[in-house]
Amino acid sequence: VAKKRLVLTFPPEVVERPVVSLMIKEYDVVTNILRAEVHEGEIGRMLVELEGRGGDLREGVRFLVEQGVEVEDAITDIRLDDDACTSCGACTAVCLPGALSIGPPGWELELDKERCILCGFCVDACPIRLITVKF
Amino acid sequence: LRGVPDEAGVARRGRSGVAPRKKAFRPHRDGGFFICFAPRAREVRAVSKTLEEINSRIEKGEAVVLSADEMTELVRSEGAKSAAKKVDVVTTGTFGPMCSSGAFLNFGHADPPIRMSEVWLNNVPACAGIAAVDVYVGATATSVSEGISYGGAHVIQDLVDGKRVKLVARSPGTDCYPGKSIETWVDKETINQAFLFNPRNAYQNYACATNTSERTMYTYMGILLPSCGNATYSSAGQLSPLLNDPYYRTIGAGTRIFLGGSTGLVAWHGTQHSPSVERSPSGTPKGPAGTLAVIGDLKRMDSRFLRGARFHRYGVTLYVGIGIPIPVLDEDMAAFTGVSDSEIVTKVLDYSEPVRAREPLREVSYAELRSGTIDLDRRKVHTAPLSSYSVARRIADTLKGWIQEGGFLLSRPVEPLPGEGGMNPLEEREEG
Repeated sequence: VAKKRLVLTFPPEVVERPVVSLMIKEYDVVTNILRAEVHEGEIGRMLVELEGRGGDLREGVRFLVEQGVEVEDAITDIRLDDDACTSCGACTAVCLPGALSIGPPGWELELDKERCILCGFCVDACPIRLITVKF
Repeated sequence: LRGVPDEAGVARRGRSGVAPRKKAFRPHRDGGFFICFAPRAREVRAVSKTLEEINSRIEKGEAVVLSADEMTELVRSEGAKSAAKKVDVVTTGTFGPMCSSGAFLNFGHADPPIRMSEVWLNNVPACAGIAAVDVYVGATATSVSEGISYGGAHVIQDLVDGKRVKLVARSPGTDCYPGKSIETWVDKETINQAFLFNPRNAYQNYACATNTSERTMYTYMGILLPSCGNATYSSAGQLSPLLNDPYYRTIGAGTRIFLGGSTGLVAWHGTQHSPSVERSPSGTPKGPAGTLAVIGDLKRMDSRFLRGARFHRYGVTLYVGIGIPIPVLDEDMAAFTGVSDSEIVTKVLDYSEPVRAREPLREVSYAELRSGTIDLDRRKVHTAPLSSYSVARRIADTLKGWIQEGGFLLSRPVEPLPGEGGMNPLEEREEG
């Protein structure tokens, strides 16, 4: 069984078609949508974790590409400049999956990369711009 | 005595800076406080220390100093009376965004001399409406080229870090100051004086912010997600200076403090100082109340405790580190400094309400805020701080070290902070 974290970009003409649903049905790919949003100009973007037998997964992804979906490997990389961080906690306000957290006893900022869905909200929320996220 | 106005108490306390013996200040449910004659007659030895006694113990290296959160633990386990006997000084700390901050700088005179009437530092406009080569850099001023990603607070931090800053100035020229423009580089070594002078810092409590609207709000309280997606707060709570001396018995103009990594002074009560607000039984205000204007030598500061920052789609601000030592003069001061987050309450405000007087959604204690979630409208809402508790603790511990080493004596306020007063609104008038 293979597993992939991908960023899917849906051009405006694809946004309204249920391509992910078709992929799931046709190729038996377990799909976990970690994040989905529609940007300006009706471009949809989705962070998904796909799981399936090697061949199915490959075929499923090929199907998405044929349907006009742009597929990129999600660079599971959020970086925090620990040395300069003051542990104010402002970034934790917008981190809904709880990848960035702060609490007793030390009240030092903690980053659990496994929980990060690369939404990038923390990039804006950090008052000293110490976080970079590639999505 | 319930309901009796407290002018007498404030006046008496105000003049001496210390509550009269045998009278204790008890918080009043309605927000003020009143004098009650404490049943001290039966107490054989009420604890009472003078500032001079405490200072002499500091000089001898004998003073017992605790940080405010250590004091909270001690008072919880042993009570205020025992704590008052044991402890001489409690150190507090806070490190949060404080927009009402800035620095006065004097550049020295150029040749030919110029009376600077417009000044930019790294493209950030400074206030030049003072003498020839004096300016005030306001923390929230923003770069004319980079917008809110760089501002006065960053200029201040760059100076503290010893970086060179580009100075551009213009002038119409006068007979005595013929220079009309200058472009040069300055740093903290070339500048004559550089002192931080912040008109409003160390707010005694602040609101908790949330957003009931359907859109994300970008505020000085951080990013507030729609439909109460989060709630932010910005106080060091039980560690915060003015929450440990709620009636300003020991803190006033002239109090020596920790400021931005060095020593500074309380210069005056801060702008918007408004102590006459509703208070909890602990004496702490249930929202923004007292404030401090503080001053200190920028050249000796350290950017770990003075940091330029920007709030997304809002603007620039300065994170300021402040620590104030509080002498434990008696049992009342021990009780005040022993205050815990569960006794300090603030109000949750809906920042999507675009009005001056927002109706609070509820009251909440800092213990609840620090638990990570609060209940709002029967929902669990995620909470997040904006001020750093870990740096606040480091400040309180640093100040504790300074005092224990005998290098930092406590100062009696030259002038007390006003114990009463509110805030005037700004009304729009048709004519002057």
